[in-house]
Amino acid sequence: MSDVPKQLQYTKEHEWIRRENDGTVVVGITDHAQHQLGELVYVELPEAGRALKPGDAMAVVESTKAASDVYAPLAGTVTAVNPALTSQPELVNTDPYGAGWLVRVKPADAGSATGLLDASAYAALLDAGH
Amino acid sequence: MGHQTPLYAAHVAAGARMVEFGGWDMPLQYASALAEHHAVRKSCGIFDVSHMTVVDVMGPDATAFLQRLLANDIGKLREPGQGLYSCMLNDAGGVVDDLIAYWTGDDRFRLVVNAATRSQDLAWLARVADRDDVVLRHRDDLLMIAVQGPVARELAAPLLPNGAGHAALALKAFTSLLQDDLFVARTGYTGEDGFEVILPVAAGVALWDALAGAGATRCGLGARDTLRLEAALNLYGQDMDTGTSPLVSGLAWTVAFEPADRQFRGRAALEQQKAAGLKEKLTGLLLEDRGIMRHGQRVLTPAGEGVITSGGFSPTMDRSIALARVPVAAGGPCQVEIRSALRAARIVRPPFVRHGRVLVE
Repeated sequence: MSDVPKQLQYTKEHEWIRRENDGTVVVGITDHAQHQLGELVYVELPEAGRALKPGDAMAVVESTKAASDVYAPLAGTVTAVNPALTSQPELVNTDPYGAGWLVRVKPADAGSATGLLDASAYAALLDAGH
Repeated sequence: MGHQTPLYAAHVAAGARMVEFGGWDMPLQYASALAEHHAVRKSCGIFDVSHMTVVDVMGPDATAFLQRLLANDIGKLREPGQGLYSCMLNDAGGVVDDLIAYWTGDDRFRLVVNAATRSQDLAWLARVADRDDVVLRHRDDLLMIAVQGPVARELAAPLLPNGAGHAALALKAFTSLLQDDLFVARTGYTGEDGFEVILPVAAGVALWDALAGAGATRCGLGARDTLRLEAALNLYGQDMDTGTSPLVSGLAWTVAFEPADRQFRGRAALEQQKAAGLKEKLTGLLLEDRGIMRHGQRVLTPAGEGVITSGGFSPTMDRSIALARVPVAAGGPCQVEIRSALRAARIVRPPFVRHGRVLVE
């Protein structure tokens, strides 16, 4: 059974969002997503400073078998990316909600994120087989 | 729901993630495809390859039939037990499938062809056999296990049924033995030493459990693909198919134009291609930039465009490698279009890895 931490928000595309005290958000992929993808061997992240629109393909995660896009869950500007993933893409598998984070984003508008799921709604999505 | 091999329950019990492949439910990986890959390069891994198609060819015309069927010359086999890698071609010189043909004695041979192509292969065999005095027997009653890696032979030999271990250890590369229902060949699809064992179901299930119990790592299709890519062993349907000839698929060495009077299927088309001059070749690519090369991506070279036929991540080299079909004159630096960005790559002579050693710089 996949781990779905209570304090995070989620997208239907299996990303998680953590709101930080400084107003930024940290984005990664869920435990379910990393399990489905299999062992990651390459992660491509956006440049810091890139402006994102919701739904933009902002990162690529590649396993031994396939490449998958990671979509921006909200509008904003990339302020940092996880530098450890260049040499250790497997952190996304071993610690998807911690050391395997992907990007930090400064939201364009604090109220702009719509359609995010809370943990119970995301867990229900997984139970329904999505 | 696809076909299941007799080891299906054992795979599920061992925690395999199952995927559909060529109409079969097969293990993609157990705990880790990367760990499985490294186990084969450094020690020993086992693969359920029971989805492969085994066909026994028997009868007075068996040799004549195989001389027409195969682009390689079955007459190269001098002693029973020897094996021959070959393509079988259509009349346009395209590859119907690749296979290994073993001479099992007298007028008997055993063919091992691919899983995904089973029905068209069986139809093609029957069509080429036509009025030959041969019997074709599809052996779907047998199980097939590959044991691969530097310690595979020593680990597997004492576990083989019928006390066949000693004889198995004496096998030279690309030869086989057949004792009653037990067939052992010193062949594989990983670039490492090892055996491929074909045997009845009950004995096969027992052998699988014994191998795993002796410390062999269970491996799925994920590791099988990264291992064969490092070894630059073609995958049918990706690196060649009915639309490509062996001459542009890195397999010219498997086409026997001598003796000149051997009329194999596809010969006339291959001779025309040679006379007209070959335009493409299958070669290796190393990615110099970061990223992963994948099947279907464009390759830009000073000599013209090519395409990646198989690409991926090499666990042994910790970088991306590929096989690509490129213009004959292409060599050295090139570019690969990965997700609409051009990345630096270099054309190299495959294979990339054999017997645990990296062979390209």
